[in-house]
Amino acid sequence: MEVIKNPEVLSVWRKKILNKNTFYTHTVSLCGGTGCQAGSCGTVISAFKKELARNKLEKKVRLRVTGCHGFCEQGPLMIIEPDNIFYCRLSPGDVPEILTQTIKNHKIIERLCYTDPSTQKKCPVESKIPFYAQQSRILIDRNKNTDPSDIEDYIAENGYAALCKSLKMQANDIIQEILKSGLRGRGGGGYPTGKKWQQTAAAAGEKKYIICNADEGDPGAYMDRSILEGNPHSVIEGMMIGAKAIGADEGIIYVRNEYPLAVLHAGIALEQCRNAGLLGKNILGSGFSFDIRIVRGAGAFVSGESSALIASISGKVGEPSPKDVHLSEKGLEQNPTNMNNVETWANIPLIIENGAMWFASRGTERSKGTKIFALTGKIKNTGLVEVAMGTSLKKIIYDIGGGSISGTVKAVQTGGPSGGCLPASKFDLPVDFEALSEAGSMVGSGGMVVMDENTCMVDVARYFLDFLIDESCGKCVPCRIGLSRIREIICRITEGKAEMQDLELLEEISQTVSEASLCALGKTAPNPVLSTIRYFREEYISHIHDKKCPAKVCKSLIKFSISPEICTGCGACKRECPAGAISGEKKQIHNIDQSICTKCGICRETCRLSAISLN
Amino acid sequence: MDNSLMQIIEKFPRSRQNLIPVLQAIQKEQNYLNREAVSAVAEYLGLGVAQVYGAASFYTQFRLKKTGKNIIKICKGTACHVSGADNIIDAVERTLGIRKGETTADGKFSIEEVACLGCCSLAPVLMINDRVYARLVSSEVKKILQSYS
Repeated sequence: MEVIKNPEVLSVWRKKILNKNTFYTHTVSLCGGTGCQAGSCGTVISAFKKELARNKLEKKVRLRVTGCHGFCEQGPLMIIEPDNIFYCRLSPGDVPEILTQTIKNHKIIERLCYTDPSTQKKCPVESKIPFYAQQSRILIDRNKNTDPSDIEDYIAENGYAALCKSLKMQANDIIQEILKSGLRGRGGGGYPTGKKWQQTAAAAGEKKYIICNADEGDPGAYMDRSILEGNPHSVIEGMMIGAKAIGADEGIIYVRNEYPLAVLHAGIALEQCRNAGLLGKNILGSGFSFDIRIVRGAGAFVSGESSALIASISGKVGEPSPKDVHLSEKGLEQNPTNMNNVETWANIPLIIENGAMWFASRGTERSKGTKIFALTGKIKNTGLVEVAMGTSLKKIIYDIGGGSISGTVKAVQTGGPSGGCLPASKFDLPVDFEALSEAGSMVGSGGMVVMDENTCMVDVARYFLDFLIDESCGKCVPCRIGLSRIREIICRITEGKAEMQDLELLEEISQTVSEASLCALGKTAPNPVLSTIRYFREEYISHIHDKKCPAKVCKSLIKFSISPEICTGCGACKRECPAGAISGEKKQIHNIDQSICTKCGICRETCRLSAISLN
Repeated sequence: MDNSLMQIIEKFPRSRQNLIPVLQAIQKEQNYLNREAVSAVAEYLGLGVAQVYGAASFYTQFRLKKTGKNIIKICKGTACHVSGADNIIDAVERTLGIRKGETTADGKFSIEEVACLGCCSLAPVLMINDRVYARLVSSEVKKILQSYS
């Protein structure tokens, strides 16, 4: 790799790459993201390589192993260009046919195409699949054109053109452009990015830091991982532009240790940038010097909070500190520090390249651009979804997500453990920072977990409390003790031992925790409880008053029983029951001893005749 | 003093910023952080043993006990929870006769609970060593575990 001395050399390199790519007749983008890896895409990749070699097609067909395409549920999946053919749920055995039929003879293999669950129709073309067609994919769509370990793919897609542009701009003009775009922090806070940059740029101090917060700890959210894994150069380019605007010479990517592929790809990308002269001293002959290093987190949800993250980088326990002094004045090693989230950084090159107005043309008045959500739970199409800010929850859940598997969507949980649950009656709400907060939830980092009638809302509240109690650092009293008291009450409710006045007590303690906790973890911790009481009060009342769990989840309030009309006495449930609670002679009706039953549900999964019911 | 331990530690400059990277490096080589490792790191970086222990016990990545041969990571993410992860956890605990955070007496398995494996679209999931098992039902757990013994 030659060292790029100025922007003109970069343009020449880009032309060479584009020219080289014209030699291929087909490009096959196979998703190698974490979701597809879990679905064994590795075996499909090796089968494809082997078949390409066997058919001597390596020089004609390019196999590109990319980051996440977003439709994780359908993995392993591939897109064949130039025809934009989409094949999903692949196995190694499908590969020879793909080469002989589709690549050599342009024939579509129906069996491998996606079936739209609402119409049962096959959709062979990626861009026509409703899941993709109804999104505004300006960030995540870049993944499918990029091998994250190959800088040339990023450069071919006009990568580092925005950097070249920004190197010719005055620092203040870059900041003004970001301000005008209306970009707000994608990590959850929604603070205007341009304003943050302005404050750090204005802060006194020779040494300044840029940090990329990739400590994505929300269970159920993985968009930051997918960007860093699938397109690390977009984040690096964003950080370079930010550094130039703020006057920083050192950057840090703080990434969760649970994301090994993101750590690996970001590391490779940084090395390639250094070799190409895109990081280091006197970048592209502009006189601007900047470098980035990776710091791996060690697994603590609270360390995603900015002051805790700084403590963690400094080798201390990752606890938050009171924010009387902002990071923009005294951050890492007491120097002005600017921290933004992965998705925020990835937006920067696009804004500089296409202009603030282009970015601001999407979204609502106060929330501009797009946001990626991780759509999961009881829904047909799960995966990463990128939509313009202001898109309604209805459109995301029904048009893109295809609605619930069981038929009815009861609620959607947004914003992770700090967010809340919104009922179906609120699905007309536009997804933007203010609208969701006013409704008692939040955009947060972008988790969106869909729940149906088999999800108990009291149990969901208990689940988030368990998580937050585990992750609370224990430094301040309201969070440490308040959350445990709230959990005790919630547990009493799920066990059918609570009284009606417990609801008021829950609300009272929640308010104290919100108001008096030190950091955002504690301040927002009662949200899951408060939002479920606000919208699903009748479910709480069923637990407390009628001693019933309407979703049939809370173990103390449910009972498994065998229907004598259906049971044939095959003995399958008796053999599988780990507690030995089922009795009955062969070919005789079986019976469950309620005093021994642990309510694990294995008997119900095992019975082929559906003779076991849950009451 | 264990020589191999010092070799790992001395690769890092003596700066507090290296505390977590040093501990990560030791755990990668030695499976867990024992008392000797914690004291050696404290001495090397000029910190109190309590400060190093504080950090090691705060972050969930660090283990202070040796693990079994196969590490089972059970995802307790939101998507897994609403898809029935609790029943999967129960089935694993029942089959192995140990609780979360424990290791079987024969040293074959340890159970860890993790916040999110990021495979939310395939919920509920668990991971054994590097392999992910997706879209699980609790009646499958026994067979999966048997394939490791």
